[in-house]
Amino acid sequence: MTTPTPRRSRLHRREHRAALAFVAAPVIGFLAFTGYPLVYSIYASFTTWNGLGAPVPNGVDNFVEMMGDRYFWQSLGNTVFYMIGIPIGLVISLLLALALNRRMRGLTFFRTVYYVPVVSSLAAVAILWQWAYNGDFGLVNQVLSIFGIDGPNWLQNAATAKPAIIIMAVWKGIGYSMLLYLAALQSVPSHLYEAASLDGAGPLAKFRYITVPMLSPVTFFLVVTNIIGGAQIFIEINIMTPTGGPEFSTASIVWYIWQKAFNYLQMGYATAMALVLGVMVFIVTAVQFRINRRFQFAID
Amino acid sequence: MTLHTPVQTAPSDATDSTIAQVLPRVPKDRRRVSGPRLSRSYRAVNAVLITVLSIGGVIMIAPLLWTFSTSLKTKEAVFALPPQWIPDPVVWDNYVRVWSAAPLASGIWNSIIVSASVTILGTIASMLAAFAFAKLRLPFKNAIFLTLLGAIMIPFPTIMIPQFSMFASAGLVDTLWPLILPGIFGNIVMVFFLRQYLASVPDSIIEAAKIDGAGYTRIFFTLIFPVIRPAIAAQFILWFMGVWNDYLGPIIYLNSPEKQTLQLVIASLNMTYASQTDYPLIMAGSFIALIPVLVVFAVFQKQIIESIALTGAKG
Repeated sequence: MTTPTPRRSRLHRREHRAALAFVAAPVIGFLAFTGYPLVYSIYASFTTWNGLGAPVPNGVDNFVEMMGDRYFWQSLGNTVFYMIGIPIGLVISLLLALALNRRMRGLTFFRTVYYVPVVSSLAAVAILWQWAYNGDFGLVNQVLSIFGIDGPNWLQNAATAKPAIIIMAVWKGIGYSMLLYLAALQSVPSHLYEAASLDGAGPLAKFRYITVPMLSPVTFFLVVTNIIGGAQIFIEINIMTPTGGPEFSTASIVWYIWQKAFNYLQMGYATAMALVLGVMVFIVTAVQFRINRRFQFAID
Repeated sequence: MTLHTPVQTAPSDATDSTIAQVLPRVPKDRRRVSGPRLSRSYRAVNAVLITVLSIGGVIMIAPLLWTFSTSLKTKEAVFALPPQWIPDPVVWDNYVRVWSAAPLASGIWNSIIVSASVTILGTIASMLAAFAFAKLRLPFKNAIFLTLLGAIMIPFPTIMIPQFSMFASAGLVDTLWPLILPGIFGNIVMVFFLRQYLASVPDSIIEAAKIDGAGYTRIFFTLIFPVIRPAIAAQFILWFMGVWNDYLGPIIYLNSPEKQTLQLVIASLNMTYASQTDYPLIMAGSFIALIPVLVVFAVFQKQIIESIALTGAKG
């Protein structure tokens, strides 16, 4: 080292100061608007709190109450039920991506058309689907009647309200996953397929042993982000079924938390439920990362 | 998760776009339609697929067309059987009535204020942070970055109640501040993507500028910013649309109709007029709310689609 130490460390210090100034904003934002509220929510979960006065500690009462709260369990169950839409959406979007990965005309057009619902505001989309699901005059039942099917009053019926919301969510989301799959398909090296052809592999074998493994990082990304997002489903429920649906059949956990916190001002209890949701999301995500790691080992 | 540089997944028809200028061109054999003649069976499969894709496309677009069609009907025509796809008579009056039926104008204005201030200030914060995380030396740099990145996993509902009480004790409920303040400190997703993008910028340029004694802010704006501008633009548009379409934040903080953002305004329009079965009015309001993002999408389609495709490289 020919550079004298004092000079180098002065340069380093200058660089450290600049770097610190540049990262300061996101760090302060994180501490003030995520870190502090997170710590506070752990505290508030063990209190009775109406949001106006100071929280009054009440031990584990909120969690005991939660165990016996059938609305908590039902809204949690509904939230998990909605996730049926995730594999359905992924399969449809993979098929779309496979179709769009071929050499043919009109690809850009189709890609745009399937992507339009993704950019549309969910609030507006929920309003128009609510109208489309109208039992007597909605678009969905009018189309079904062409095929001689007498459709139900989708959102007013406990058996069909959840599937109706799933259908809408799939419609809204497939464009996004399709695009990610398409980009991944286009980055699969073509020599893999050529080598497989030489070995006599048919289209199905190529799909099973080349395409699926090469797409697994995207699938993993989509499953993780869809589960994190799906656990927080709220807007559709709030707009399409403002009362939580017939027999509480559509209420999601975030809808129930929101209801308890801001309509009943039971903020301590709501915070406790929100904390449980956060912990569950964390555990599920961590488990997925573990499984993914083992799965990748299996491929190697 | 292995983190690739964005270079590896340029979409094949990206050649004339801004992002593609800094990415290598996609090899010719990945391009469509041109190339060797397609066999008969290949073309037959294409014909079947185009039919299926067209039916799917109709399903994707029909609800939006149905909204537009409904918005041009009279209150009575909505209940006509069989349904009218083309309204008769066509009533543009709903688009006039809706402005007085709901505070749409102030809703649009509030949405613009929130989205513009969050994304403009937040983008400046995010790009400087991305530069520091990618190129500058700082003790515990990666630990700080991973902590911020891990925060993505924390669901907003988990922190929203304490956050609400923070803003309540500051007297800021029913103002736009709770929607603006958390955003202007930057967006970790944007920091992440810009940092990835910066990995392909050689360190040597920066080292040379440092030896010349240039300040770091100057290095960023003269050397780094021009290179990563396409990535910033793409992330900016995505973020803008995300804030524009936000709903849970606004619904907990905004009560007065004239303070509400556009999404809340159309949701309350829906609540109020559904009981009067004034669907044309509701659909006119929703359609107006859809137009801005659809226009942004139409104009910036390439950037949006490419930056989404680049997300896949993250997996």
